[in-house]
Amino acid sequence: MSSTPVNPAENPVGAFKDQLKSAYDHNPNEAHDTHDHHHQDEEAKVTLGFWIYLMSDCLIFATLFATFAVLKDATAGGPNGRELFDLGFVAIETSLLLLSSLTFGLSMISMQNNKLNGVLGWLAVTGLLGLGFMGMEIYEFNHLIHEGAGPDRSAFLSAFFTLVGTHGLHVTSGLIWMGVMFVHLFRRGITPANRIRMMELSLFWHFLDIIWIGVFSIVYLMGAA
Amino acid sequence: MHIPDKPTLHPAKDPHTELADHHAVDKLNHGDAHGHDHGAGHASVKDYLIGFSLSVILTAIPFVLTMLKLMPTATLVPVILILGVIQIVVHLRYFLHMNSSSSQVWNNLAFIFTAIIVGILIIGSLWVMTHLNHNMAPGMMSGGGLG
Repeated sequence: MSSTPVNPAENPVGAFKDQLKSAYDHNPNEAHDTHDHHHQDEEAKVTLGFWIYLMSDCLIFATLFATFAVLKDATAGGPNGRELFDLGFVAIETSLLLLSSLTFGLSMISMQNNKLNGVLGWLAVTGLLGLGFMGMEIYEFNHLIHEGAGPDRSAFLSAFFTLVGTHGLHVTSGLIWMGVMFVHLFRRGITPANRIRMMELSLFWHFLDIIWIGVFSIVYLMGAA
Repeated sequence: MHIPDKPTLHPAKDPHTELADHHAVDKLNHGDAHGHDHGAGHASVKDYLIGFSLSVILTAIPFVLTMLKLMPTATLVPVILILGVIQIVVHLRYFLHMNSSSSQVWNNLAFIFTAIIVGILIIGSLWVMTHLNHNMAPGMMSGGGLG
């Protein structure tokens, strides 16, 4: 330990100030004593609001999944999932998104270690993987529409485009957010505010990966099974 | 000798007290500060690599099973669903760092509430709509239900 925290028994006010300071002025090179725990508690409170947003977003996806599940056989004589979906293509999309979750994790680790270049580098890789995913999804949508399997073909395809498109819109928002995050990090470095932004962006990005597990399982795999 | 570092009505339930106690034990054992191994947001590379490896396996299995048609549909669908749920748990644990620590009580409550609503919404919709299809449009069943 390079610095000793104020003993709360002797000086409760000092200890509380210490705790506040650690939440906003955290430096990983300093002591990881009780500081670290208070720091985590503080972050947990700040991210609770964002977590509740994610949970409400979950409900949007739940309604879209329910709609899709109800309408998946309503093909109106049009093509069904087995005829339309290319699982190899979807496997590559899935691996791009999964890899991007790992690289975002590495970016967060760099942030814990106060390595700005690491944060920016891994964030850039994450962004590129996300762009790759979106590129593939747009290609797939375009391909389907040109084959005459657009959202207007059947209730099944309407539900498909709504569900997968909503996920795609979320990924696009995540990519825009990453762009904004770059500006924040370039201009101010790893500040307490940027730490919280990154934590929330990381929750958002990992959340989208979880939704994608539902999409590839229910839409693509079960559609082709 | 571990007095809570801020006044509280329930010292035994105060997370800070618990953590301080925990840390005292640590200090006795190791006499040293240690790294980021507790609570939300402070994951290790190891955590991410474990999560990633498990996810790759849990993704690869259903894709291979489906693409190579190794199972009849009736078995394959539940297998896909179960593996998907396991993978979601892995992501929550290793990527979103959910755990049962006292600082995450509200996150976990919100999550459990959401999970229940999502379950009611999806299972309920399927249940109701299957019944409607079955009971009210018998002639359309062969034509693909609502199509």
